[in-house]
Amino acid sequence: MEKWKSWRKIRYESELDHYFPDQIASIPGGNKIFDCIQCGTCSGMCPISPYMDYTPRQLIAMIRAGFKKDVLSSHTTWLCASCYSCTVECPKDIRLTDIMYAAKRLAIREGVYPRRFPIPVLAAEFFKSVESHGRSSEGRLLVRLFLKTNPLMMLKQMGLGFRLWLKGRLSAGQESINRKAELRNIMQALEKERMVKDKTDFMPTGREI
Amino acid sequence: MDYLYYPGCSLKSTGRAYEESMLSVFRKLDLAVMELEDWNCCGATAYMSISELKAFALSARNFALAEAQCKELSTAELVVPCAACYLCLNKARRYLDEHEELREKINRALQTANLDYHNRTRIRHPLDVLANDLRPEKIKDAVVHSLSGIKVACYYGCQIVRPYADFDDQKNPHVMDDLARLLGAEPISWPLKTRCCGGSLMGTAQDVGLRLSFIILKEAVKRGCHAVITACPLCQFNLECYQPKMSNLYGESVNIPVLYFTQLMGMAFGISERELGLQRNFNRLDTASLSRISAGGEHVGI
Repeated sequence: MEKWKSWRKIRYESELDHYFPDQIASIPGGNKIFDCIQCGTCSGMCPISPYMDYTPRQLIAMIRAGFKKDVLSSHTTWLCASCYSCTVECPKDIRLTDIMYAAKRLAIREGVYPRRFPIPVLAAEFFKSVESHGRSSEGRLLVRLFLKTNPLMMLKQMGLGFRLWLKGRLSAGQESINRKAELRNIMQALEKERMVKDKTDFMPTGREI
Repeated sequence: MDYLYYPGCSLKSTGRAYEESMLSVFRKLDLAVMELEDWNCCGATAYMSISELKAFALSARNFALAEAQCKELSTAELVVPCAACYLCLNKARRYLDEHEELREKINRALQTANLDYHNRTRIRHPLDVLANDLRPEKIKDAVVHSLSGIKVACYYGCQIVRPYADFDDQKNPHVMDDLARLLGAEPISWPLKTRCCGGSLMGTAQDVGLRLSFIILKEAVKRGCHAVITACPLCQFNLECYQPKMSNLYGESVNIPVLYFTQLMGMAFGISERELGLQRNFNRLDTASLSRISAGGEHVGI
């Protein structure tokens, strides 16, 4: 069983980023993280918390304290399978799954996500494919994922891929919508927009801190 | 036309049997569906990880297309069988409803392509449609082979009932169990019906994915089920296609058919196996073995 647990590094107060909690809280409904009572229901409900480097409850505490680097480079947010158990069970109505997404987006924007971990690579490849074709092609997506992360894995999966192909469940073709230009226009209009705010958006202007 | 149908990418590839069986069952029950013209991907879990605004815009384009296609109706009823699509579209609709600033941003972007979103789309899961738009007798009357004696584990997965669906209990859903009972089958009572199968982790962090799926299957086997029935193409894929791998890894054999709930319904309705896409399943539970089990001739070993 592979685990992403390791000895925790010592962190110092002076390393904290005090804008980080506000950045995460800037998504719609995000300021609920300040209501968290650290009850641990989210970690208890999470089917994946045993495999995470920080549990969901720890992650919230770290966000609120400003452990930006540790949160953004953790595997926790990427391992989240979006099952929404925590969101449904949270007694304080924190949409934790969406907090995870906010952290993932910030990690990508700042380039600090775990580079060799297949999950962000899959997300990026999926994004690219849909952005240009409007639909995802499962066969091609998996091939690109394995080539970029673990080509050996592709060899191991070839048997299953072949059996799926025999059953008519996998093809190598590219799925696509008809009016690609329409989608491109919509996406271009949103190119510069973002929901999670940048650190500079919170900084008082004209004064150095 | 009663409903618009949004297939999503999976129902056109790995989940083709889901599309085939759902359309056959709807036809049998006289529910008219028409595919949404030029639909685009819902964005799944991956899109939200990169850009939420673009993820919402993907859904919003589908809404705008649906509303344009149903101009004469007050609401566009969009049937979405895939759990991930169902969640993404529902989530986008909620966020666009609740946050005005976001709605304006997305609408401005849509207008660059001469599209408009007016909040007239309702997202419906086929389970919701079958349970709430039809009289139960209608389903009962369509049954030609009763599934009596068949024990099934109804597996809902995560994203249909959580967190935005309003047609069933989020903590203990029962719609699929009710349907199975109407067919004469016996749904088991088990606590894993909404536990995560691992989702896309099966491709990216397989150690974790295999373990999560194994726990679900083993529980169903231990309870003496003849089949697991699902309502999500990814759950079906994870639970079915990796059974040999799990058996090797954990040294305990798991060998149990995993069907879409629409395939089970179709078999009870006497629809041909080909129309239900049963030939696409690896581990088959065909009509012949169903009747053998019903007659009491075949048991599942524990």
